[in-house]
Amino acid sequence: MNAVRQIAGFVGHLRLNGFTAGPGEAIAIGEILLQGERPLSIHEARLLLKPLLAGNHEDWIRFDELFDAYWLGRGIKLAERQPAQGQVTVDDRRPLIWERHFAGDGSQDLPGTGDGPENWEDSGPAPAGRTLASRRERLLGTDLRRLRSPEELAEAEAAALRLARAMRYRLSRRQRMARRGSVLDLRRTLRRNLSKGGEPFDLLWRRRPDRPVRLVVLLDVSGSMEPYSRTFLTFLKGLVGAWRESDAYIFHTRLVRVTQAMRDGDPLRALTRLSLMAKGMGGGTRIAEALRHFNESYAKSALNARTVVVIVSDGYDSDPPEALGTELARLKRRARRVVWLNPLAGWPGYEPVARGMAAALPHVDLFAPAHSLASLGALESELAAL
Amino acid sequence: MVEADHRDLGRRLAEVGYLAEESLAMAVALARRLERPLLLEGAPGVGKTEVAKAVAEVLAARLIRLQCYEGLDANAAIYEWDYRRQLLAIRLQEAEGRPRAELEQQLFSETFLLRRPLLEAISQEVPPVLLIDEIDRADEEFEAYLLEVLSDFQVTIPEIGTISATSRPLVILTSNGSRALSDALRRRCLYAYLDYPDETREVAIIAARLPDIDRTLCRQAVQFVQALRAEDLEKTPGIAETLDWVRALFALGIGDLAQDPEALQASLLCLLKTEPDIKATTPEVTARLLGRVA
Repeated sequence: MNAVRQIAGFVGHLRLNGFTAGPGEAIAIGEILLQGERPLSIHEARLLLKPLLAGNHEDWIRFDELFDAYWLGRGIKLAERQPAQGQVTVDDRRPLIWERHFAGDGSQDLPGTGDGPENWEDSGPAPAGRTLASRRERLLGTDLRRLRSPEELAEAEAAALRLARAMRYRLSRRQRMARRGSVLDLRRTLRRNLSKGGEPFDLLWRRRPDRPVRLVVLLDVSGSMEPYSRTFLTFLKGLVGAWRESDAYIFHTRLVRVTQAMRDGDPLRALTRLSLMAKGMGGGTRIAEALRHFNESYAKSALNARTVVVIVSDGYDSDPPEALGTELARLKRRARRVVWLNPLAGWPGYEPVARGMAAALPHVDLFAPAHSLASLGALESELAAL
Repeated sequence: MVEADHRDLGRRLAEVGYLAEESLAMAVALARRLERPLLLEGAPGVGKTEVAKAVAEVLAARLIRLQCYEGLDANAAIYEWDYRRQLLAIRLQEAEGRPRAELEQQLFSETFLLRRPLLEAISQEVPPVLLIDEIDRADEEFEAYLLEVLSDFQVTIPEIGTISATSRPLVILTSNGSRALSDALRRRCLYAYLDYPDETREVAIIAARLPDIDRTLCRQAVQFVQALRAEDLEKTPGIAETLDWVRALFALGIGDLAQDPEALQASLLCLLKTEPDIKATTPEVTARLLGRVA
């Protein structure tokens, strides 16, 4: 009985550390152990449990460490650093811009569940239809810096989320029915022509839809971007949640991948994960260094020939401008298009004179403003035009 | 017992020329024992597909392979009616004037059923090895189809009914990680990650495949490739590339890597598969890498 409790404890220990193993795995382990004639050595147990309990590459790498921590009491006990599920206390020192980032979005904002437009209306208090619509319209064009009241901010966030979802582009390469196409759909043709005695009279065709675009977003969350970061983060969450082929990163002086945290269905846990990642947010910017990190660590797997890279930043960089040019050129070689969204570009009379920005421009396919929700929405046609 | 199984399996895999790491042998042994699919991940060229081939050889089982691609659908993976022959049968029936009821029964019988790999794999007398290669290339919708087949080992054909497995195949899925797989699929599978082999293992693999090659050259070549893998390349060379390269070195009559820098540089074509990689690996870089070879 003791062994059973220990196994269950180990599975729980792994779950706390982000593994997806459940009772099913624990039962399978029990069955195997019962069949054994002699007790397993620690080495055998490790070999046995690893393929059962690890679910992805990250798990596979961390497994040995967690195994040692639990069974041998060695190494760092990662589980102790993370509070148990359901008992997450919100960190008071969390940067302000995270504060209401997931506020009130609850479960209806999970990707896939809040599909219908009726769900979109749920967030925030809903005044009568028409006023809401006109206010939204106005909101779309307002510079996000000028939004002051919490209500306005909340509404802008909801709008960003809606916008991101509307932009989703979930075509797969499965053949679909089409009026004319390359392949005859025999199954449907026969079915359709049963009434004509099986004579293939109306022909139905299939064809492959266009390849979906892959989207990689790098978001600057440094101090100078602070007035915009909150809305952009919500926008990013909407995009990444709805767009299967997408990847999100945030950077200030370092670059962090946030795709998993953004997709996390549990808003509280997502919040904790994000705020852990965002240490140092709101400080200076090292764009070139962040891009270098991206190029070296992620570019190989994250980019392909149909990837659009969107960089959202004001271009104020404390690295030398030449470095930014070099890294962007490297990035450009691997991606289909590089889009640079600059919130400052929406200001009247803005010229990209920041030295970093000037060095970046030759390597950027599209340089566009991103100061309002409307300008974010304009991105869609750019992506669809590929 | 599993703990004995995996040693035995590892040994038998080595006999057919596949030098498996202990963790992989254990994962395969577990997959057999628990009758659960095994998901193999790893960089391209680490021998994921080879695992299935070697396991099939060891178990003396048939290898049924389903190569995934974008747009793969149930018709190409599970079953399809042979519409052309059905149409022919209708024409023949009209010509012969046979009764309709008989024809209808005949049209949707197994005679007109085209078995695709998944259906084929569950209707074997002897359990085969089913290799579902590069599952990350298939669409998410296809993953959902796959879940039904992999968890219940049965296929439902509306016109015939449910076909249950006559024997449960050993399922091996491979993925290059070009797309995130669904959690549902991962949860049903056992998991193993294959890394590039370390120096000793790679030397052993090359020696097993190319027994005629001089051991010193083999070790030198492997050390060179291991150093090359640490460089920033677009396409990191896998084991197959090392094999090709050693073969090429042998054919060129190179007995020592340091012997002829020009020929060495030319032979790198076997390892470097993209233009930027070829450009980045200048003779200077080659010389530097060569310096690390003992």
